[in-house]
Amino acid sequence: MKNLFIAILAVMLISSVVYMGCSRKDASSIVQGNAASEAYVPPGEYDEFYAFMSGGFSGQITAYGLPSGRLLKEIPVFSVCPENGYGFSEETKAMFQTSYGDVPWDDSHHIELSQTDGEFDGRWLFVNANNTPRIARVDLSTFETVEILEIPDVAGLHCAPFITENSEYLVSGTRFSVPIPQEDVSISTYKENFKGLINYVSVDEESGEMELSFQIEMPGFNYDLARNGKGKSHGWSFLTTYNSEQAYSLLEVNASQRDKDLLAIVNWKKAEEYLAQGKANTRQTSYYHNLMDHSSHIAESTEMTTSQILTPADCPGMVYFIPVPKSPHGCDVDPTGEYIVGNGKLSADMSIYSFDKLMAAIEQEDFADEIAGIPVINYESGLHGILTKPGLGPLHTEFDGKGNAYTTFFISSEVVKWDVEELEVLDRQSTFYSPGHLVIPGGETRKPFGKYLVAMNKITKDRYLPTGPELAHSAQLFDISGEKMRLLLDFPTKGEPHYAQAIPADLVQPNALKFYPIEDNTHPYVAKGEGQAKVERNGNEVHVSMTAIRSHLAPDNIEGIKLGDEVYFHVTNLEQDWDVPHGFAIQGANNAEILIMPGQTRTLKWQPRRVGVFAFYCTDFCSALHQEMSGYVRVSPSGSDVPLMWGLNDENHSEESL
Amino acid sequence: MMIKYVFSVLGLCILMLGCGGSAEDSTNSASVEEPEVVADPRGVGEVKNVTLKDPLEEDRISNGKAIYEMKCSACHKLTDQRVVGPGWAGVTNNRRPEWIMNMITNVDVMLAKDPQAQALLEECLTRMPNQGVSIGDARDILEFMRQNDLDQVGSKDQAINN
Repeated sequence: MKNLFIAILAVMLISSVVYMGCSRKDASSIVQGNAASEAYVPPGEYDEFYAFMSGGFSGQITAYGLPSGRLLKEIPVFSVCPENGYGFSEETKAMFQTSYGDVPWDDSHHIELSQTDGEFDGRWLFVNANNTPRIARVDLSTFETVEILEIPDVAGLHCAPFITENSEYLVSGTRFSVPIPQEDVSISTYKENFKGLINYVSVDEESGEMELSFQIEMPGFNYDLARNGKGKSHGWSFLTTYNSEQAYSLLEVNASQRDKDLLAIVNWKKAEEYLAQGKANTRQTSYYHNLMDHSSHIAESTEMTTSQILTPADCPGMVYFIPVPKSPHGCDVDPTGEYIVGNGKLSADMSIYSFDKLMAAIEQEDFADEIAGIPVINYESGLHGILTKPGLGPLHTEFDGKGNAYTTFFISSEVVKWDVEELEVLDRQSTFYSPGHLVIPGGETRKPFGKYLVAMNKITKDRYLPTGPELAHSAQLFDISGEKMRLLLDFPTKGEPHYAQAIPADLVQPNALKFYPIEDNTHPYVAKGEGQAKVERNGNEVHVSMTAIRSHLAPDNIEGIKLGDEVYFHVTNLEQDWDVPHGFAIQGANNAEILIMPGQTRTLKWQPRRVGVFAFYCTDFCSALHQEMSGYVRVSPSGSDVPLMWGLNDENHSEESL
Repeated sequence: MMIKYVFSVLGLCILMLGCGGSAEDSTNSASVEEPEVVADPRGVGEVKNVTLKDPLEEDRISNGKAIYEMKCSACHKLTDQRVVGPGWAGVTNNRRPEWIMNMITNVDVMLAKDPQAQALLEECLTRMPNQGVSIGDARDILEFMRQNDLDQVGSKDQAINN
């Protein structure tokens, strides 16, 4: 076994050297035909697809246009963003609340778009935080993060947030098993004390709001990736595991000992029945649910204290295992819902399971073993077949809806197209270099749109002009409309995109909000019109209700602020037109700036540190007179008798005028 | 006038960005198209004919005032003082009601095509923003302007036959 591992490592090294050594001269020969014009979107025209890529260590999401590869927007999700004040403004701070306190960064991995009847509906986007386990929801009418739900008692929420075909649930699993509940035990008691949880978060059909519905307590393996059934397999979830060895040190070797790890198969409709029958145990825990109010634009954070736990041993027929060749990673279900692809990273072959055969094996109790009350289905009994030697290091698979699957091979650095039914390799194309995930528009749904494939490569090396030791990751666009895949374009990406999903623009574009109606703004410090602009003192707290419109801020002269005050600038953007945000920045602010969308109110807290007169200004170029959009705050010594005064254009107000 | 207009809207951007392209290459096509000179005193837009009543309609005035305070007052005073935009005193004596409502509800097209709107932009130098006001609400604002004209200058609706 060890020899095989070393052999694979050797192949990995050699193949990397080979691929990286020869690629530069190969690059021109691999682009055929008029690739440039096929990826070219002329000025003023729109891309056909949105591709939403996770940001990995950036914690954010980026939206690209396909086929052009043009970056449309970076959406802040799990990391604070001083560029627009996300996480710094008073309204958005609560989005980062967790049971560990304020956590201003995370590692975002997998994008899941909401689905209806197994197809994208263009309403919401969900993404996971790997490090401090959370799931976020982005509203696709505003492209803003509107909700973040912490997942309790798990560690490394890599296996998330996989969606069911009517967005009933987001399924996730713990990457690192841990003591549950957490306790002070020796790491060497892993087998005895460590458990894994598979989590089901429900999604409200109307509002999209998430709620932790139940958790299933599983053996202490590493749950890696998942997919849900579709069509005939709707109601089931499939999750790969690695480290069935239950190693807790040098996993690289010790979690790679066995020939096979396990695929967990969960009947979540059965789980719902057990939940309804009261089979769940209520466990005390702590996790936070952070929700942005769509009228006040203020996030509220709520601590949740209980979780419903189902245990497989008490719930027969709810969970099964089936072996998967060595250290599986990706787990993907084809558009018909019949075939489940298990990719063993260290296996030269790929196992493809048949849902019908799995169901028959369960029916006939064709089991080889049992682990913690969970039957282990005989490997051969659930197998549709094996794709032999398709490449090295298979990771992820997507589908084109025409019976073909496309799998990335990290070690041999290629994408391989194969026939799912016939288990036959049809085409292979090199990528530059070492792809992780890939995405085909709708490639995990019941009706893929096909047409393009984007490989998200983990290693960039010589693809672009060098930028020092750190390089942007590369994405590569292939045309998959013909028999052979054709490379059209590669483009740099932000952070480290792991997974992405792509959706036709016409499912998202018509719903795009252009501004927030100011009539609907319920922020407690909104100034709906300049007449409501004011300054109020409450002890050492000073609240400035300020308005912004092209091209002035009101009030723009403020006096009577004293050292020791905490000044809250609540800025309302009075504009009611598209693409007219205003910004607000003030010298010496120890946090960030804020960008305020039309009709919205955002608040920046400022603690003056010095006596004097300080300028503030609009940071988002808004008009020909943008440079004039500014003002002054006078800061007096603590205890000074300078009265509170504010005004614009010599129309001044004081507290008596309120 | 056209040259001045283009300069005022785009000149700064072109100078600052150094893009040096011709006006036709710029992105904001609505503001650089050769304006079709239409001296229609009713302006350009959906509002073709407004029926005014006397006495003034109080419901409209109060709603119009609320919208004014929320969406217009940052730039328009009720006196004849120009701040960002012109003061409103006497506006119904100078502009037809249709022109006023088209300016409120169709401002981008008005600034591209209506000579009177363009003359105002030359004077004020800040494009009047589209404030997302419906035609019904614009009618209420008009009613509030009529009341304001009575309060400020003692007469109203003098431009009705322009």
